[in-house]
Amino acid sequence: MSKAKVATTSLCGCFGCHMSVLDIDERILDLVQLVEFDRSPINDIKHIEGTVDVGLVEGGCANEENVAVLREFREHCKVLISLGDCAINGGVPALRNMVPLKECFEEAYLQGPTVHNPEGRIPDDPEIPRLLDKVYPCHEVVKVDYHLPGCPPSADTIWAALNALLTGAPLELPYQLVKYD
Amino acid sequence: MCVSNEAAVREVCERFDHDRTRLLDVVREVDERLRCVDDRSMDAIARELKVPRADVEGVVSFYSFLSTKDKGEITIRVCNDVVDRMKGGDEVAAAFEQALGVPFGGGVGRGSAGAGKGGVDGGDIEGGVSLEYTSCIGMCDQAPAALVNDVVVTRLTPSAARTIVRKLKDRSGSEDLRTLLADSFGDGNNSHDLVRSMVENSIRRAGEVVLAPYESDAGLTNAFSSSPQEVIRVIKASRLRGRGGAGFPAGVKWEHTRAAAGDQKYIICNADEGEPGTFKDRVILTERAHLMFDGMTIAGYAIGATQGIVYLRAEYAYLRHFLDDVLAARRRDGRLGSGLADGFSFDIQIRMGAGAYVCGEETALIESLEGKRGQPRFKPPFPAVKGYLGKPTCVNNVETFCCVARIFEKGSAWFSSIGSAGSSGTKVLSISGDCHRPGIYEVPFGVSLRDVLALCGATDVAAVQVGGPSGRMVPPADFDRTLCYDDLATGGALIVFNQGRDLIDIASQYLGFFIHESCGYCTPCRVGNTLLKERIDRIRDGHGHPSDLDYLKELSSTITTASRCGLGWTSPNPVTSLITGFPELLEQRIPLDPSNNGTGFDLETSLRKAGQDSGLPSYEMEV
Repeated sequence: MSKAKVATTSLCGCFGCHMSVLDIDERILDLVQLVEFDRSPINDIKHIEGTVDVGLVEGGCANEENVAVLREFREHCKVLISLGDCAINGGVPALRNMVPLKECFEEAYLQGPTVHNPEGRIPDDPEIPRLLDKVYPCHEVVKVDYHLPGCPPSADTIWAALNALLTGAPLELPYQLVKYD
Repeated sequence: MCVSNEAAVREVCERFDHDRTRLLDVVREVDERLRCVDDRSMDAIARELKVPRADVEGVVSFYSFLSTKDKGEITIRVCNDVVDRMKGGDEVAAAFEQALGVPFGGGVGRGSAGAGKGGVDGGDIEGGVSLEYTSCIGMCDQAPAALVNDVVVTRLTPSAARTIVRKLKDRSGSEDLRTLLADSFGDGNNSHDLVRSMVENSIRRAGEVVLAPYESDAGLTNAFSSSPQEVIRVIKASRLRGRGGAGFPAGVKWEHTRAAAGDQKYIICNADEGEPGTFKDRVILTERAHLMFDGMTIAGYAIGATQGIVYLRAEYAYLRHFLDDVLAARRRDGRLGSGLADGFSFDIQIRMGAGAYVCGEETALIESLEGKRGQPRFKPPFPAVKGYLGKPTCVNNVETFCCVARIFEKGSAWFSSIGSAGSSGTKVLSISGDCHRPGIYEVPFGVSLRDVLALCGATDVAAVQVGGPSGRMVPPADFDRTLCYDDLATGGALIVFNQGRDLIDIASQYLGFFIHESCGYCTPCRVGNTLLKERIDRIRDGHGHPSDLDYLKELSSTITTASRCGLGWTSPNPVTSLITGFPELLEQRIPLDPSNNGTGFDLETSLRKAGQDSGLPSYEMEV
C-alpha cells in the first residue's frame, strides 16, 4: 500500500498547532511510516500537486491569501480538517471583528503605543495580501470535514486523530484529550 | 439637556410612594422629564426606592423607549416595519436623516446641518433632536409613520418629513406638538380634544360585536343582575375565546382565577398590541373604550377582583389622557368605584409600557407591571393562580373584554350563533400592505381568506401574512382556508404582499424584528434567530446551498422546542412557512452549482466591504 499523503498549512494562526504536531515527538517516526508530507511548512513545498488524502489547516481566514490557500487545500484534499480553535472559531485574530477595520489599521500602524511610523503611512503595497472585512473560520469559507478543537490540540489528540483516519480504526478521543480546564 | 436632577428624581419617586414595583413608571417619568436616565439619575432612583442599582439599569436598558444617553428635547422614531418600508419608509428615513443632519442612533443634533440641503432652512431645533428606528407602531394602514415624542405622524413622504423638521425648527418653546405637526385631525375620537391626532380609524367594516354602536352600560347592568358564578357560566356558554391570538377559552380562565385562593385579585387588559401589522386595539381603544371598560368591570365582578389595569403600549401614549378622562367620567357616573353591585367595588388604572414587544406575553407584561424587565416567567404557575404581585390575575385582550360586554348586552346564544363552530363571534382584523382599502374589518369567524382579500381590494396577491410575523405566510393555494382558531388563527393582523415583493427578504426582515425584540434570556431564541437570519440572508443574496433548507428546518425546530416563551416558539415561523408554502421560491434562488462550496462566502463581497471600511487605496485595484 502506498503511503497516504498529508498536507498542512497555517493560515491566520500562530503556528502553535504546528508546534503541537511536532510535539508527537518520536512518534513522528511511526507517522512517516504511514504518511508522506505534501505541501507543509515542515518541508516548505509551496503548492499541492495532485491529490492529498488529509489536509490539516491551522488558523482562520484573515486575508485574501488565506482564502486562496484554503481553497487550494479544499480542491486537492480528500479529507480536510480544521486544526485548532483559530481554524474552527477564528480565535484570537477574530477579536478584530468587533473593531471597525479602519480603527484596526490605525491602531496597528499609526496610534499604537509602540508604533514608529514618522511618515504616517498605512502599508498598502499591492504585494501585501489585503485583509478581509473580518476574520472567518475555515468552514465559513469552504466545506470542512472534521474539526479538531484545542488551543492547540494536544499532540496526543492529533496523533490519535491521524492514526485513526489513516488506519481506518474508529476514532476514540478520551475525555482527557478534549477537556480544556 | 439630561442634567441629572436629584430633586426631580426624588419628586418622581415621591409621587409613586417609593414603591419598588412602580420602578418602570418612575424611570419612564424621569426619562420624560430629563430626556434620559443617566448614571446619576439611576443612582438616585436606586437610593430612593431602596433597590439594587443593577435593577434600575436592568429596566432602563431593557425597554427601547428608555435611554441612558441624552435624547434631546425631541425624539423622532421612524417605524421600520415591513409595511412601512413597502410604502416608502426608507426614503422617509433618509429625508429625516438629511434634513436633521443626525444619523439614526447617532445621538443628539441641533438639526442645523440640513441647512440649504433638501429644502430645509437652517436654524436649530431647540433642546436638540435624536433620530431612532422603532418596530411597528400600529399604523400600518397609514404607513409610513413615525413618532415625534408621543405624537404620531402618518402617511409620510420625504417632503412631509422635511416639513416636520422645518416646523420643529420654527416651533416656539411651548407650542403643542400635536397641533403643530397635524394639518388636520383624524376621524372620530382622533379629533377629540384630549387626543388631537392625525391618526385615522379606517373602519372599513363594522361587525355586530365590537364595532357596532354601543349603549353604554347595557352589558354591565345585565351582568350585575346575575351572580358572579352565573356571569362565568354565560361566558362559558358563549364559547368566547381570547382575541389576542392564543384563543384560550375566556370562561375557563375566569373560573380558574375565581377559584384561586387570594385576598386580592386583578384584572389586566393587555393593550400592548405589538405584533407587527396589528392595529385593531388602537381603533377599539379610540372608539369603544366604554365597551372595553364595561367588559373589564364585568370580569372583575365575575372573578372577585377590585382592581383593573390597562397595560397600554408606549406607542399609544397619545391615547393616555383620553382614556384617563373616560375613566374619570365612569367614576363620576358610578360605573367605577365602590358599591357598583352588591358590595362590589372596582377601579381601573392605565399603566404604560416602554417599547417592548415581548411584554405582550402575559407573564412578561406582569413582570413589567411589577417594575422589572419584561422577561416571561416560567409557567406554571399561571397568572390565574399567581400573577400580578403574586395574586390571582386574569389577563385578557382589549377585544376580548369588548366581546364580554356585548355578550351581556345581547346574550350568549346570540354571540355563539355568530362565527364558526369552534370559534364563536367576530374577529376584528387589521389589514395592511398591498391592497386598495387597508384598515379595520370586523368579520365573523370562519370567513375565508379569499373573501377577506376581496373585501379589502387585494389583487395580484403573492402571499398573505396571517397573524403577523409570529403567524404564518399563506400562499395563494391556501386562500380558501378560513380565519378561525381551528384553521388560520390570528390575533388580527393580515398583511398582503403582491407579486412584486421579495418574500425571502420579508422573512428576513421579520427575523430582524424578533432578534431585536428577543429578551435575551434563553440561548435558543437569542442566538438561534440570529443564525436563522444569517442563513436566510445568504439564500436571499443568491449564495445559498441546497443543504441550507435542512439546516433551517433543524434550527427552527430547535428554537421552537427549546425556547422559553411564545416569542421563541413562534419566531422561526417566517422561515418555516416560507419552506412549506413557497419551496419553489427558495429553490429558484439557490444556485444549482454552488461555486462557494455551500458556505456562502464571497471573496469579492468581503474585499469590497473591507475596502469601504478601511478606505485604503489598495482595495480599489483589480484582483
